[in-house]
Amino acid sequence: MQRPIPAATADTREFWEACGRGELVYQVCRSCARAQFYPRRHCAYCQAGEPEWRRSAGLGAVYSHTTVYRAPTPAFKADVPYVIALVDLDEGFRMMVNILGCAPSAVAIGSRVRIVFRPTGGGVALPQGELV
Amino acid sequence: MKPRALITGVGDTAVGELAGSSCMGLHREAALAAVADAGLTLADIDGVLCAYSFTEPHLMLGSVFCEYMGVHPGFCSAIQAGGASACIMLMQAAALVASGQCRHVLAVTGDNRLSGMSRDGAVAALADVGHPQFERPYGISVPAAYALVARRYMHEYGATPEQLAAIAVEHRTHAARHPKAHKRAPITVADVMASREICSPLRLLDCCLISDGGAAVVVSAADTAGDAPNRPVAILGAGQGHTHEHIVCAPSLTDFGCKDSSRRAFGQAGVSAADIDVAEIYDSFTITLLVELESIGFFPRGEAGPAAQAGALGLGGALPCNTHGGLLSYGHSGAAGGMFHAVEAVHQLRHNAGPRQVRDAELAFVHGDGGILSAHCSLVLGRT
Repeated sequence: MQRPIPAATADTREFWEACGRGELVYQVCRSCARAQFYPRRHCAYCQAGEPEWRRSAGLGAVYSHTTVYRAPTPAFKADVPYVIALVDLDEGFRMMVNILGCAPSAVAIGSRVRIVFRPTGGGVALPQGELV
Repeated sequence: MKPRALITGVGDTAVGELAGSSCMGLHREAALAAVADAGLTLADIDGVLCAYSFTEPHLMLGSVFCEYMGVHPGFCSAIQAGGASACIMLMQAAALVASGQCRHVLAVTGDNRLSGMSRDGAVAALADVGHPQFERPYGISVPAAYALVARRYMHEYGATPEQLAAIAVEHRTHAARHPKAHKRAPITVADVMASREICSPLRLLDCCLISDGGAAVVVSAADTAGDAPNRPVAILGAGQGHTHEHIVCAPSLTDFGCKDSSRRAFGQAGVSAADIDVAEIYDSFTITLLVELESIGFFPRGEAGPAAQAGALGLGGALPCNTHGGLLSYGHSGAAGGMFHAVEAVHQLRHNAGPRQVRDAELAFVHGDGGILSAHCSLVLGRT
């Protein structure tokens, strides 16, 4: 069984293309100036159209985290235990990543995280997190 | 308080591992029991609401049920809102009879999630609620998403694993008083703390069961009160709250749509949380209940956990909660899991809950949440 590979939609194609270049991008509303994630063709706070794409520095802090011992599907069984975190990027948006390259016990709320990119089986580069 | 609608009948099946059961068979058994309890026949039912199924999934489960039973109501629909489905079905049924569109609406749920599919299959199917691009590639599951809530809630308000364990223990104590409950063997806080880790900080006994079972409720127009053979229960208030679907988009990990849904339901009923005698609140995980109790306002922030340790959620406590044992110990059969809460509230308000009876219960609060604390629906029910 294969891990889910993100399939870009018209709303998210630009995001995944940027990941392929090793860049993390996000959107800021041209009307209310709020940052949002995931990408859409409108602002989810004020519904104004076509938010502006910006490049993120890819640095943030762990808002919450869990260590998964029970895999949801066979595709993840070889990876347990693995860490899932919600990371608040410094530009004001939140995304989900795995925290790679450390013991799960090293991850805490507030831990600083750098976004890195890892290949998936489907030719898509997936944003992931590492402790800074 | 003039009721908008009445619950005139309830019915449920056995719960647990039911060899030979089927999704539609469980629907049939629960539906016939509820209709008989209301003193009606299927011919009297002019509205049908169904939810969803994992073992017999279909785009139009309401139509599938009506075809299976051979009934032809004037209104039929299916509602899919995860754990909020049962309460939303009852809210919708109340609106249908209050508007005059229907006289008697049957809300019926059931699934053979335990015997009809593997436990792995159920866990995988549930994980599909994760966002396909921004959550599922990271191995998200429903327990993992709730664990993210638990970790943050513990960080902000000091809730502890022992407090969560106390909630699981109290639910088992409740379930031991219900002859139908899936899990009745007593457990201790130490048992919960020693159960295997699923997604930290949640352990196996912090998680709801996977069960076969079905439950149904008949909602009737307010002017049918004199016709029902069993004491009707009034639907005094109903409300919903919606903030997000995916946990990555939740505006808060400590406040959820239950705040709005309960405020609307209490407001419509003209009561407050302090007036509630018995609460049947969605408990997919121990953290689910703790967050909802505090977000709704039954307890101040940080106090539901210590209160649970002191027995506040037990029979005779300040807020007897999930007196049948809830999803944690009574059983969880998809949308029927939430319907079990409603069925138990009706038994409590009819004063026929036997050894589980909350003395002199007049007002009950029933709450369901779907997704990752995403979709919420609250009901205030009253004894007539």
